Amino acid sequence: MSEAAALASAATYPLERIRDDFVALHQQVRDRQLVYLDSAASALKPRVVIDAVERVYGRDCANVHRGVHVLSQRATAAFEAARQTCRDFLGAASDKEIIFTRGTTESINLVAHTWGRSNLGEGDEVLLSGLEHHSNIVPWQMVCEQTGANLVVAELADDGDVPLETIKAKLSDRTKLVAMAHISNALGTVLPIADVAALAHERGAVMVVDGAQSAPHVAVDVQALGCDFYAFSGHKIYGPTGIGVLWGRTELLQAMPPYQGGGDMIRTVSFERTTYADLPAKFEAGTPNIAGAVGLGAAIDYVNGFGFEALEAHEQSLLAYGTEQLQRVPGLNLVGTAPRKVAVLSFTMKNAHPHDIGTIVDSEGIAIRTGHHCAQPVMTRFGVPATARASLGMYNSRRDIDALVKALLGVRKVFPL
Amino acid sequence: MISSDLRELYQEFILDHGRNPRNCKVPECSNHGGEGYNPLCGDQISLKVQVEDGVIKDIGFQGSGCAISTAAASTMTEAVMGKSLAEVKELFQRFHALVTGGEDEPDFDKLGKLAVFSGVAEFPMRVKCATLAWHTLQNALEGEGAPATTE
Repeated sequence: MSEAAALASAATYPLERIRDDFVALHQQVRDRQLVYLDSAASALKPRVVIDAVERVYGRDCANVHRGVHVLSQRATAAFEAARQTCRDFLGAASDKEIIFTRGTTESINLVAHTWGRSNLGEGDEVLLSGLEHHSNIVPWQMVCEQTGANLVVAELADDGDVPLETIKAKLSDRTKLVAMAHISNALGTVLPIADVAALAHERGAVMVVDGAQSAPHVAVDVQALGCDFYAFSGHKIYGPTGIGVLWGRTELLQAMPPYQGGGDMIRTVSFERTTYADLPAKFEAGTPNIAGAVGLGAAIDYVNGFGFEALEAHEQSLLAYGTEQLQRVPGLNLVGTAPRKVAVLSFTMKNAHPHDIGTIVDSEGIAIRTGHHCAQPVMTRFGVPATARASLGMYNSRRDIDALVKALLGVRKVFPL
Repeated sequence: MISSDLRELYQEFILDHGRNPRNCKVPECSNHGGEGYNPLCGDQISLKVQVEDGVIKDIGFQGSGCAISTAAASTMTEAVMGKSLAEVKELFQRFHALVTGGEDEPDFDKLGKLAVFSGVAEFPMRVKCATLAWHTLQNALEGEGAPATTE
């Protein structure tokens, strides 16, 4: 985007209206106006999402897919409408490819324990990148232990990027599956998923994408990405917790065994034999998180109402401003400066441990995350026990960054160089 | 700009022990040892203790952590040096009650310098930082050698 176009979009971005919609923003924390910079851990929710969840429990409160009565019909209609919203959001070929799960973690576990256990064997390779969240490492480790397959890792470069050449060099004829984050939660790095998927397919491998951090921040089209599975969570895209999606290609999902057994996922049951339901019910055993799915649909509608072009322009401008302003803090070191990033600012400060930084900025009403961000291998790669991380969302402003910088200068006073 | 709670937490005494921890060493002789880990923030501590006739003769720790956990480990080693195991146990109970706000009127005489950690009670998320070294010591003295964890 040109500078002029960026300025024009900044002038029209309805920041104040958006901030009004996020009711949790409007509170005092430790006698200060809350500054929320922890959206990569969990994003705040707009009023429309809270209303949608309340409508389910306050009016359309019944089980789905079972009752003949009006409330059950309404609940089913709202639940299935949310599935349709998710299908359109991802560009999926069919709403049968949208499986509701508890979140990204369960989505990845589902693929690992069904596709993985049926297709991986002794000596096969599962390729990950060095920036993965534990939820895209541990399920594969577990299935590798069970099947005799091996984990292979494409290492991080010094700027937190995973160059395509590194990934290419780690692919082999034994690679059966490539599982990578679209965007790193700890560093904000954007991986070239479309290119990786094309390389994986050249080797005949299946491509799994952890989309927990990309769904809220960039337009996602699974056809353009060319992946085979894509997982994301509701609560990171301004929706409820405890709901997420696994998208997979129909032919793969059909060939996979079920994940959990129970109600809703069967066609017929007898003590001798059970036959399974068609997609997506085959993978949705038990009563689902109905209000969560409906709330997720409302969140996606809300985000779509502004469009990702506007959101990305706003967040990229905040990233540029934040990257520049944080340099004002003496002894601050940004961790993760890849050329393609979203608005995640991970950093360490000389003489101040991230946990102490977190407590001091919290006393100013500023919420950031400190720790290993469920990505311990990333911390090991950079030789730090933890980082402090400010992660931004659609409701953040330059004022939020100014408040953070001011608080970090206060940290410097407690822990001088 | 800095609140009084925060000033209470980050007193100069604590900051000094955080910057220049005492007994940050491996003792020449040790017959007890333990490892501690706080998965929440990645704090790690390795503790070695020499106990003779039921008394702590030497103690040293190594590890990495925030100012609170480092200062807590440093002050603990000073506080328990030369104390009997029964006295150490009692001291940990007093310290734990102090940092969790579990005691209305802490016995500052018996706590000695450890009383500076009273500010931690206002920061529940930091209790684990203050107690990691103590849990590790307890495990080293009583446990089967399994790593102490704050979770």
